[in-house]
Amino acid sequence: MKLRTFKGGIHPPDNKHWTSHKAIEDCPLPDELVVPLSQHIGAPSVACVEVGQHVAKGQEIGSAKGFVSVPVHASTSGEVVAIENRPHPFGTPLPAVVIKPDGEDSWSSNLQFTDPGSLTSDELIEKVRQAGVVGMGGAAFPAHVKMSPPPEKPIHTLLFNGVECEPYLTSDHRMMLEESERVLQGVALLQYVYGAERVVIGIEANKPDAIALLKKQCADAAVEILPLQVKYPQGAEKQLIFAATGREVPSGGLPMDVGVAVHNVSTAAAVTDAVMLGRPLIERVCTVTGPAIKEPKNLRIRIGMSLSHLVEVCGGLVEEPGKIILGGPMMGFTQVGLDVPVIRGSSGLLLLREEDIANSPEGPCIRCARCVQACPMNLMPTTIAAYARRDLVEETEEYCAMDCIECGSCSYVCPASIPLVQLIRHGKAAVLAKKRNALL
Amino acid sequence: MSQQLYLSSSPHVHSGETTPSVMRAVLYSLVPACGVAVYFFGIPALSVLLIATLGCLATEVVCQRLMRQPVTIADGSAAITGVLLALNLPPTSPWWLTLLGAVIAIAVGKQVYGGLGSNPFNPALVARVVLLISFPVQMTTWSAPAPLGSGLDLVTTATPLGEWKNAVMLTGAMPAEMQGSMAGYFLGNMPGCIGEVSALALLLGAGYLFYRRILTWHIPATYVGTVVLLSGAFWLINPAKYPNPVFHLVTGGLVLGAFYMATDMVTTPVSIRGMLIFGVGCGVLTVLIRLFGGYPEGVSFAILLMNAATPLIDRYTKPRTFGTARQGGSV
Repeated sequence: MKLRTFKGGIHPPDNKHWTSHKAIEDCPLPDELVVPLSQHIGAPSVACVEVGQHVAKGQEIGSAKGFVSVPVHASTSGEVVAIENRPHPFGTPLPAVVIKPDGEDSWSSNLQFTDPGSLTSDELIEKVRQAGVVGMGGAAFPAHVKMSPPPEKPIHTLLFNGVECEPYLTSDHRMMLEESERVLQGVALLQYVYGAERVVIGIEANKPDAIALLKKQCADAAVEILPLQVKYPQGAEKQLIFAATGREVPSGGLPMDVGVAVHNVSTAAAVTDAVMLGRPLIERVCTVTGPAIKEPKNLRIRIGMSLSHLVEVCGGLVEEPGKIILGGPMMGFTQVGLDVPVIRGSSGLLLLREEDIANSPEGPCIRCARCVQACPMNLMPTTIAAYARRDLVEETEEYCAMDCIECGSCSYVCPASIPLVQLIRHGKAAVLAKKRNALL
Repeated sequence: MSQQLYLSSSPHVHSGETTPSVMRAVLYSLVPACGVAVYFFGIPALSVLLIATLGCLATEVVCQRLMRQPVTIADGSAAITGVLLALNLPPTSPWWLTLLGAVIAIAVGKQVYGGLGSNPFNPALVARVVLLISFPVQMTTWSAPAPLGSGLDLVTTATPLGEWKNAVMLTGAMPAEMQGSMAGYFLGNMPGCIGEVSALALLLGAGYLFYRRILTWHIPATYVGTVVLLSGAFWLINPAKYPNPVFHLVTGGLVLGAFYMATDMVTTPVSIRGMLIFGVGCGVLTVLIRLFGGYPEGVSFAILLMNAATPLIDRYTKPRTFGTARQGGSV
């Protein structure tokens, strides 16, 4: 049977063989943890501890401000040695709480086991918010916001993203294999909140072991394990929804507009910890990989560990990296150095050598149309980019720049090496700026 | 820790396919057609190929030097224009005519618009049509093939399409007997342009481009399909006057045009629907010119006319954005 998928997309080498067979290892604690107060879209949290104060593992150290915001917690027990601006994955130094671990790694006594059956849906959502659970796929959007759709948007399909279509990354894959019970418990908890008619876990067909395991464990439950065609970006939200339900999220809309809610499988595991154990999101699995890393590994890391610590735990460098990427090679962010901490959205640390980096000189567009055929949103990337380059804002918008999901497929295939995604981002920013100005 | 880190917007990996690698593949794919041409037409064909290619490269260098632009002949696009121009010329084309064609193709067909990617018309076809109109005698002096080693000299004769058009103009009916056979036409044993004679060699090269995913089926299939359907309709109406579709396929420049000239990326639409419209348009124009026009062959004119329509086609065949209804607005 032909596997379900979406139209367009590309087939980059997946390079998952470095780590896909390697069990998750606990990353030892470093001498210092730098926990940024800003880890996702939405308002940054505000420090609620003082320098010199002792904090327990899981204790709230940053309070949420606003609805689209979640608190931040201490990733281990120890002393707060500084609250100051520190290098951050977003590029500029941002406020962070610096903790010197005491080596005890002892949990806060406030955290306790709860029987989820005793909780109402709203209480459950509040627990998820308090635990600082965010989407673990990369964007780190606060999970409790997604869990509270307005009543006029009923959710009939609850979809879990186990696709992991980014090359190199295997953290979700290992989570499904090694932590399937936590994942499935979270699936059940989220289903309790949404009350959806259909619950689906979408997994790319290149992870047959995970598909087989989850199928076995879900044999009795009403959870559908859906193998999907191996194609990038199969894990992009809109493309995953299309593959699983045949419905297109309307332009400018959200999954709930087609009655779907999507969560990452690792987010489901974090929900389990939050609800059952009261444990906040202070750790995650991160794939540390790439040709410049001596021993690529899947590490269970604490939020706030520095990239250099992760590299050290993985045996150090084979050679000097040419590019440091947090996330995958298609949508990850380049870093200015290894002194940056990992945050909740850090699904992978990829170190490329200079020779692995795509940097052929840009040439003129030869109108080969590869970008048009690769675009999973059915856009004309070369046309949008040409308008965006010339700051023709109206035309940029007319060619649906705002629908671009920035997956990078167009840039990947472009024989002229035109930075299409970068130009389109520039164009999107110009369109947004124009809209803001129109409102003033 | 080295201080030399690359910082850039995602994505951080690339397919490795570059403009020069695409152009090289197209050049490789033309090797069989060039080989067959040299086999059937000998040294004259070889010299046309060399003069056209070197002429195009030289013109590109001169133009870019004059405009103080970086010289980009290494990207292979000028070489392709040269080879395609040669394939669109008669094997007896005198050296000055070939060279003039090369200068027109690159200078007038490409560089005046800003070079690679900016030209609206297929440069090789621009040159061919300018030459055809300006030097009709030299451009329509065809020779029967004289395969290497056969000891034959090139003898002037008419192309199959020309033979048919003459007969129809004189008698209003098909010629009683054509000089060649369909199989012979297919293999390349017929008078014609250097590159149009062997449909087989061209298809071999096109197969390689399909394999490399440089060519997609959309334009060639709709172009050839439209010619077959439309010429078939005329043939069914009056088989005494109109040749059958197979004749249309294997004679003249249809295969060369459909697989190599009408698929020039720069001058054809970028959307799938646009490509289909482009192919159908080329097919209709080709059949109309062949059957009712003044020239026996219509492929070059058809493609150039559709090149002119390309910006318009692109404008009206914007793909439907995911999550929107076809006529704009949301789903």
